[in-house]
Amino acid sequence: PTMNTCCAVLLEMGWKVKANDRAYHQLPEFQKKVFLCIKKSRYSGNAIKTYKYNALTFIPLNLYEQFKRVANVYFLALLILQIIPDITTLPWYTTLIPLVVVLGITAIKDLVDDLARHRMDKEINNRKTEVLLDGRFESAKWRDVQVGDVVRLKKNDFIPADILMLSSSNPNSLCYVETAELDGFDPLTLNCVGLTGLIECEEPNNRLDKFIGTMLWNRERYPLDLDNMLLRGCKIRNTDVCHGLVIFAGADTKIMKNGGKTRFKRTKIDELMNYMVYTIFALLVLVAAGLAIGHTFWYDQIGAKAWYLFDGKGYSASHRGFLSFWGYIIVLNTMVPISLYVSVEVIRLGQSKFINWDLQMYYADKDTPAKARTTTLNEQLGQIEYIFSDKTGTLTQNIMQFKKCTIAGRSYADLSARVFQPVDWSWNRYADKMFQFMDHSLVATVRSGKDKDAMEFFKLLSLCHTVMVDEDMVYQAASPDEGALVTAARNFGYVFLNRTQDTITIQEGDKENSYEMLALLDFNSDRKRMSIILRFPDGRIRLYCKGADTVIYERLSAESKHTKSTQTALDIFANETLRTLCLCYKDISAGEYEAWERRHKEAQVVLADRDAALDRVYEDIEKNLMLIGATAIEDKLQDGVPETIAKLAKADIKIWVLTGDKKETAENIGYSCSLLTDDMQIHYGEDVKSVPLTTRRVQPQSNRPGKRKPADPFFTQTGKNALIITGGWLNEILYEKKKKRRRLRLRRLGRRLPPSSPQDGQPMNDWEKEQRQVDFVDMACECEAVICCRVTPKQKANVVSLVKKYKKAVTLSIGDGANDVNMIKTADIGVGISGQEGMQAVMSSDYAFAQFRYLERLLLVHGRWSYIRMCKFLRFFFFKNFAFTLVHFWFSFFSGYSSQVNWFITLYNLCYSSLPVLLVGLLDQDVNDKLSLRFPKLYLPGQQGSLFNYKNFFISLFHGIFVSLIIFFIPYGAFLQTMGQDGEAPSDYQSFAVVTASSLIFIVNLQISLDTSYWTFVNCFAVLGSIAIYFGIMFDIHSAGIHVIFPAYFTFTGAASNALRQPYLWLTIVLTVGISLLPVICIQFLSKTIWPSVGDQVRSRREEKAPAFQRGRRSRRSGYAFSHSQGYADLISSGRSIRRKPTGRAGLQQSIREVPHAENI
Amino acid sequence: MQKKENQEVENRPDNTAFTQQRLPAWQPILSAGIVIPLFVLVGLAFIGIGVALFVTSRNLHVLEVWKNNLLWLNMALYVFFSPQGPVFFYYGLTNYFQNQRAYGVSKDYNQLSGDLDYFTFFFSIVPDSTCKPYRYDVNNKPIVPCGSLANSMFNDTFNLYQMKNGVKEEVPLDGKGISWWTDYNIKYRNPSVNPLRNAFNGTVKPLYWSKPAYELDPTDTANNGFINQDFLVWMRRSALPNFRKLYRRITDGLPAGNYSLEISYNYPVIAFDGKKKVAFSNVSWMGGKNEFLGIAYLVIGSLCLVMSVVMLIIYAKFKFPEED
Repeated sequence: PTMNTCCAVLLEMGWKVKANDRAYHQLPEFQKKVFLCIKKSRYSGNAIKTYKYNALTFIPLNLYEQFKRVANVYFLALLILQIIPDITTLPWYTTLIPLVVVLGITAIKDLVDDLARHRMDKEINNRKTEVLLDGRFESAKWRDVQVGDVVRLKKNDFIPADILMLSSSNPNSLCYVETAELDGFDPLTLNCVGLTGLIECEEPNNRLDKFIGTMLWNRERYPLDLDNMLLRGCKIRNTDVCHGLVIFAGADTKIMKNGGKTRFKRTKIDELMNYMVYTIFALLVLVAAGLAIGHTFWYDQIGAKAWYLFDGKGYSASHRGFLSFWGYIIVLNTMVPISLYVSVEVIRLGQSKFINWDLQMYYADKDTPAKARTTTLNEQLGQIEYIFSDKTGTLTQNIMQFKKCTIAGRSYADLSARVFQPVDWSWNRYADKMFQFMDHSLVATVRSGKDKDAMEFFKLLSLCHTVMVDEDMVYQAASPDEGALVTAARNFGYVFLNRTQDTITIQEGDKENSYEMLALLDFNSDRKRMSIILRFPDGRIRLYCKGADTVIYERLSAESKHTKSTQTALDIFANETLRTLCLCYKDISAGEYEAWERRHKEAQVVLADRDAALDRVYEDIEKNLMLIGATAIEDKLQDGVPETIAKLAKADIKIWVLTGDKKETAENIGYSCSLLTDDMQIHYGEDVKSVPLTTRRVQPQSNRPGKRKPADPFFTQTGKNALIITGGWLNEILYEKKKKRRRLRLRRLGRRLPPSSPQDGQPMNDWEKEQRQVDFVDMACECEAVICCRVTPKQKANVVSLVKKYKKAVTLSIGDGANDVNMIKTADIGVGISGQEGMQAVMSSDYAFAQFRYLERLLLVHGRWSYIRMCKFLRFFFFKNFAFTLVHFWFSFFSGYSSQVNWFITLYNLCYSSLPVLLVGLLDQDVNDKLSLRFPKLYLPGQQGSLFNYKNFFISLFHGIFVSLIIFFIPYGAFLQTMGQDGEAPSDYQSFAVVTASSLIFIVNLQISLDTSYWTFVNCFAVLGSIAIYFGIMFDIHSAGIHVIFPAYFTFTGAASNALRQPYLWLTIVLTVGISLLPVICIQFLSKTIWPSVGDQVRSRREEKAPAFQRGRRSRRSGYAFSHSQGYADLISSGRSIRRKPTGRAGLQQSIREVPHAENI
Repeated sequence: MQKKENQEVENRPDNTAFTQQRLPAWQPILSAGIVIPLFVLVGLAFIGIGVALFVTSRNLHVLEVWKNNLLWLNMALYVFFSPQGPVFFYYGLTNYFQNQRAYGVSKDYNQLSGDLDYFTFFFSIVPDSTCKPYRYDVNNKPIVPCGSLANSMFNDTFNLYQMKNGVKEEVPLDGKGISWWTDYNIKYRNPSVNPLRNAFNGTVKPLYWSKPAYELDPTDTANNGFINQDFLVWMRRSALPNFRKLYRRITDGLPAGNYSLEISYNYPVIAFDGKKKVAFSNVSWMGGKNEFLGIAYLVIGSLCLVMSVVMLIIYAKFKFPEED
């Protein structure tokens, strides 16, 4: 950047940092008001504070937080209602005890979380780093680091703050942070001690991909950008020592700015549950109002005349009705269950733990278990419809391997060779031991030195590239492809040793040769090739070129041999989804070169359209090429990716790959990971652009009112479709904001734009824009697979939110790098690949694990289970509270609409009925994990949300009503006119209560037993335990002892023993339980017989074998792909970072260290 | 090196059946082989129980007499059954809401358990405020026993005579042990003051009572005060608005014949459109006569059998054609 731009930006910059001057940052102008007149420096210290509470603030703050929840406020309101004597129908403790338990559990959970945060903070704040103090580097704790300090970092150190890199021990002044390499400041390399520079830069913000600033030093301004920054939380790699200046510390750092403000995600079920709770609440108000009206009439007709009920209050009937309304709200409050939310939390926490504990999602190589970072989204994992995946690092390992080649028409390392012993490289001291090659014959050919073509082939590979090398013989390549090729050449004995601005030195066999580099015709995406023109030691001038087959074949000389056989080999390689490059050469006479060079020089100084001019010049020389052969590189997929994708596709999950890569690369990967298959019709965004979008627009009105059929086809052909689009095309759909704003402004000025024709691709207004987006989403969602290439992080997020918005579908994003953060945060569920690159993706994710293939298990097993468990839990929970509460409702008709009470209400949800259903929510499995994986169709109910919706809710409601009717009216009929076996009348209130309560407990616990499909001893224990606890507590409460101690509170003395010794009452209970459960069993059986679900079928055919996974044959395609657009040509020709260094150092095992995977080897 | 290896697996989750969700489990399916036999068995069992209940109930006898609104009443009864064992004598009320909440809680348990502290006026705290408006009299003297429930105690008395050859012979009515054992022995206690009346100094009787609590049965100290059997029976409030309460036991049974029932009619029921009745019944293992449960069992049992057949047919229809 030139000085001008720096100064222009300067105006906006309010952040000033002075190196090595702590006092500067305390100046009054940098103070900000914190509280009243207390002022503090606006530069935070480097200590971080992520914890929420301390010892003093815990109780008030936590209570405040908890009472932000509507449910808790509701119960507090109930509690207050209960204190009003005229209203109270339940003693205050019936609400207080559950409320305290609920608040207590949540508080304990919060406390544990916060203690963990305290520990983390302490650990991080006490990490050591070296800070320049008084001219010396001294060890200091992270918390003591301040803005403006110069710090020294060593290899594998975590970076303590956002730091401007000043120097590094690496020769190119590059410093490696995970995978991203950063430029250091060359001019400043030496003198950190006396550094007094002033940095001016943007204020702290959360943009991880942006940084702008300038540095004023020695009266010169230097522009700074993100490439100069080391961000807190990353790790230094491959760099022994580097120095940096702290720009943002502590809470100001980009990662901290990012961390706190994660968007709060909720699941679909959460929303549904809330609506249901509102429904229940409305129902409650209705029921209470109905009963209150009933009470009013009752009082009018009967109550007022009943002298025995005289209470001296003299209220009118309607006043009593009003009071009884509130009384019923209190009594029936169990319809809106307080324990629901807590139980849901507990279940989710349990599910998250199971995810964390899963050994089959533990990646032993990196010692990385799966981690559920958010505990509130588990059941959503069972409802995923769209997966948005990053490519590099997620689907692929970002490791390129030289797999095969064809030289002079002969293919090497073909599968037909069937050699499974990798070549032994011990003869070559430069060889990279990690490099594996299967064909021994090629080595023999090269070593024998007889095959000129083979020698030329590897010579080309070792010369024609933009790779740079440091003194440890570590290659740094602009693209992993190049690295792979140069490494291959190195192993075959053509070792690239070093390069200067105009020479390249390689070792050929035993000799070391220097070649003069005359010109470097760098790669770009239009040219799809790169060339290098070299003067050989013997004076010959030769051009080496490598590039895409399509491009190279156009430029081959007519005399070029082996074109046919090479083409065949290329096709074979492409079918194996290998990336191919053609290699060729051309001899140039001195005269020819001089003529060309003149034109080249001219083109280099052309002012207008320099790139095009250069391209034309390049074109001149790159013709009449002689083909040598072709390489085939494997872009190594992560383990199990094709299988996972195929499995997920079978579960009707649509997978979109969003990548910054080129179209060819992406398509290639699409094939290799079986996202694209041969029976798919591939569509390209550019081709379909005008066709469907315009034809559809003709008839939107006619289409609108009716529901759009899902089959409303964009693609008329039957069969599978796939769509490949690019970022540029996407931009038209997403439509840049800027243009819109300008258009609006123009419109406001009254200058109406002439309506643009549909062909120019510019939507005319918001409606049309939206229509366009809808069309796009509809079209894309019709495809089995979608690949978006050349998309920016923002576009990735936009695509995700488009699908979310228009499809109302549950989306999942998976990625590993900082460029995926946006999309991870946007999707309903974000998954980060951990243990790879930086932790930014993981930090913003909801789930993190080490391998893409674990996604299969996360969704098909854990997600499915979580969803089924949660649905079962909710259905049952609603049922059990309806069944319980509505008994009161029926009783009201016979008690003059007065509400009734006892301890039972308090304990019902807490002790008697919660544990078994909680265990079902935690442990239930309808089918085990293996079957879940084997039959992906089992995943479908989750996507359709068919296990918990309003239909299920009302079924639960009616089931509850039915059971409550039985529970009330069977004892009613049995009790109406009867007496006990010893003549005492058992129809007293307390015996009646004991019978109904016991029936209810039996019914609820047996019903959950029916619903439990996975009976472990824990479930068994819980069901029996709940019943036992019920009887235990009941006999306790009804015992003589407790009445003697608290005569006023425990008044059911003897009720249980008196009631339950009578066979008649037991028979009543048995009948009640029978009538409640038998119809359920009958209906379940019949529906299973008549409309069996997939799950039922699987369960009944557990033993059957699944068909073996088969790979389809693939058709012939061009496999050309190259991962990056441009090499280091600029850097090389500028000569800035290339230094001569002693050659001949050997014995190194690794050549490519750019890839993070190499670290732990 | 060893240390490093340990670190390597530091994060490895435990391989236990629980953490891996592989707990040994039984996964039952509602298969035809279970459901249909279950229904048959349950149906048979229910029918069996139903028959037993029904037959037992049929063999029980109950004699219900509705009282009209005369104050003094001599009622002629003809008992045409002569059951063995004790016959129970009940009084009943209809349209009487003992299950009203405010009414039901209107008592002071501490007082009723004989705690003398609750016999006094103490800063408007005792007796319990639920006793309102039967808590204090106009002079702020505490009412003992306080509250609506006690206040409205049933106070009709009955005498039964057998007409033997035109001679009235009183049938002995046993009033002992007609309340719950726990009520009599635990829940309700007289203050341990002798004589009992001293404990009630400074208190007044409930407004509607004709005599104070310590005179409920002056003949028998074990049936006086709060542990008077009639009082206990009344205090055990009924769940439903039409109820019976046990009045006396006729130990020797009621031989068939003519009887005369003398009723001292004190308790007003006309005001709230209620009715009174008396009933005589004998009991069996299942208690008194009640055909509801027996019939319900029979109906449900039969339904189970019917459904098992229906299920069998449907199952056969949906399963077997596929396999052909």
